[in-house]
Amino acid sequence: MRLYDLAKVIRSKNAGPFTVTIDLMFADAATYQSVLASPKLTAQEIGLLYGVDPAAVIIRPFAAIRTIKVALPRRVSSGAPGDADVYGSQQHFPLAALEIEGVSLPNPAGC
Amino acid sequence: MKVDGQRELRFVSLDGLLGYGYPEESLRRAMELDPHFVGVDAGSTDPGPYYLGNGTAFVRPAQVKRDLALGLRAALDHGVPLIVGTAGGSGARPHVEAFLDILAQIARQDGRHFRVAVIWADIDPAVVIDGLRAGKISPCGPVPPLTEQAVRSCVRIVGQMGTGPIIRALETGADVIIAGRACDTAVFAAPAIRAGFDPGLALHLGKIAECGALCAEPQAAADCIVGRLRDDHFLVWPPNPARRCTPDSVAAHSLYEQPDPDCFYEPEGKVDLTGCSFEDAGDGWVKVSGSKLISSDPPTIKLEGVALRGYRAVSIAGVRDPRIIEHIDDLESGVRGAVAANLKGTNAEDNYSLRFIRYGLDGTTWRGQGEAQSRQAGDPSMDGGALPAEIGLVIEAVAPTQELADTVVALARATSLHQSFAGRKTTAGNLAFPFSPSDLQGGPVYEFAIYHLLETADPDSLFRIEIREM
Repeated sequence: MRLYDLAKVIRSKNAGPFTVTIDLMFADAATYQSVLASPKLTAQEIGLLYGVDPAAVIIRPFAAIRTIKVALPRRVSSGAPGDADVYGSQQHFPLAALEIEGVSLPNPAGC
Repeated sequence: MKVDGQRELRFVSLDGLLGYGYPEESLRRAMELDPHFVGVDAGSTDPGPYYLGNGTAFVRPAQVKRDLALGLRAALDHGVPLIVGTAGGSGARPHVEAFLDILAQIARQDGRHFRVAVIWADIDPAVVIDGLRAGKISPCGPVPPLTEQAVRSCVRIVGQMGTGPIIRALETGADVIIAGRACDTAVFAAPAIRAGFDPGLALHLGKIAECGALCAEPQAAADCIVGRLRDDHFLVWPPNPARRCTPDSVAAHSLYEQPDPDCFYEPEGKVDLTGCSFEDAGDGWVKVSGSKLISSDPPTIKLEGVALRGYRAVSIAGVRDPRIIEHIDDLESGVRGAVAANLKGTNAEDNYSLRFIRYGLDGTTWRGQGEAQSRQAGDPSMDGGALPAEIGLVIEAVAPTQELADTVVALARATSLHQSFAGRKTTAGNLAFPFSPSDLQGGPVYEFAIYHLLETADPDSLFRIEIREM
């Protein structure tokens, strides 16, 4: 399933003018754990998707609210010539389109 | 100020950004709790470098006046201080002066007199160059290393003050504190640290409160939030009955717009959140405990500086024809070549930049000049490989003068309208312009050239306090 469908909230925003951060928030602990453990969700893959150095990509879990935080350098600093997204609010794609194989949402109770 | 055997400091944060417009009723309900001060963050780097560079605000004066007047009256009527951080949006001298003008207008209209402590945050480039030479400057995140040339290129430099200068301003007994560029947290943490509360809790509460009711459900930057700081925990609550705080909404907000979920950094040090707990305290209140400050030594101040990079002009058009959309890369490269050929002899291609932002294809994606369609647009898993029914085109030029930017866009726009490519059917015109004139001037374009930390033994000395009577 795509990350976009697995996450309950998937949001992006500048963390200062040179960094964008993407929060992937999951409704249940099992999906959160499976995505976190997925071999697809790596700094290498995210660096490739965004055209940035994988060594500069940070992936951090925040278990208390079933959230995975990704931080990566912006290709262009906020509002500089060539920028496409001053607030960084629409940079969850292309990551959101990443297919996490073998993970799907649990069936709602009673189904 | 003891409640249930614990000391308590209460405050209201007016909204996420002064001028966003909070409901008057939210403030009235918040004031019923007898807050010890009213605070608000009035600035941000989020809107980009233009505002610091141009010396103007990104919120209109009428918006500021409305929010400021209500907050000022509430604070004066209750005899508690009003504290404003990053006045005027970017917190440099022209922003603060424009903000003080609005404050003076309100004072005159209301016939009120009060004492204002103004804290200036402009940083002399010589201080930055001295720091650079002494090896006391480091990048804040993935930022290029600083050079003396980059410092000299900046039109304006500010430093983000911490709680120290605001505490000093409180000690003057001022009714109103108007701070230039300040850490968002400092506005709310300064009175608490001054009163001897735990600085880790105070800064964490400040971090949550500075965005107004963005930590509540439903979220809103345009609404008030109330903070109650106690000895070993704090509580947050949205006074608007249409909202409530939940442990998840408050915890989620702790992660907002910062790169690490486990901590954040302030001039006072690192605030460690790994031991934090978020609990439902009933009636829309959430209780937070366990945030800890790990002091930094030597202290650092974050500097922000912007450099002028040229002037912008844009032309906006829509494209409906499928053959053009299919060949948009060809059209773009043809236009680029034609513009370069036209300007040959007067302006080299590296003297300006020409960009085609293609909404519907990849307009939100960072794309190098002339780079073809991104992987995202062509990614079959996203859209089945199908092209969109229409795209929006923003043709943009940035050049050393407004005249050259205007000329490049005018040339590129006219050429795009009539550019031919293989299989073209639309030989009478390629673009639908929504406006006449089709081209708009964007004015100066700036770039963050300084986003660095300065180590300094005495950070408070960078921020001068001036008292004004109104």
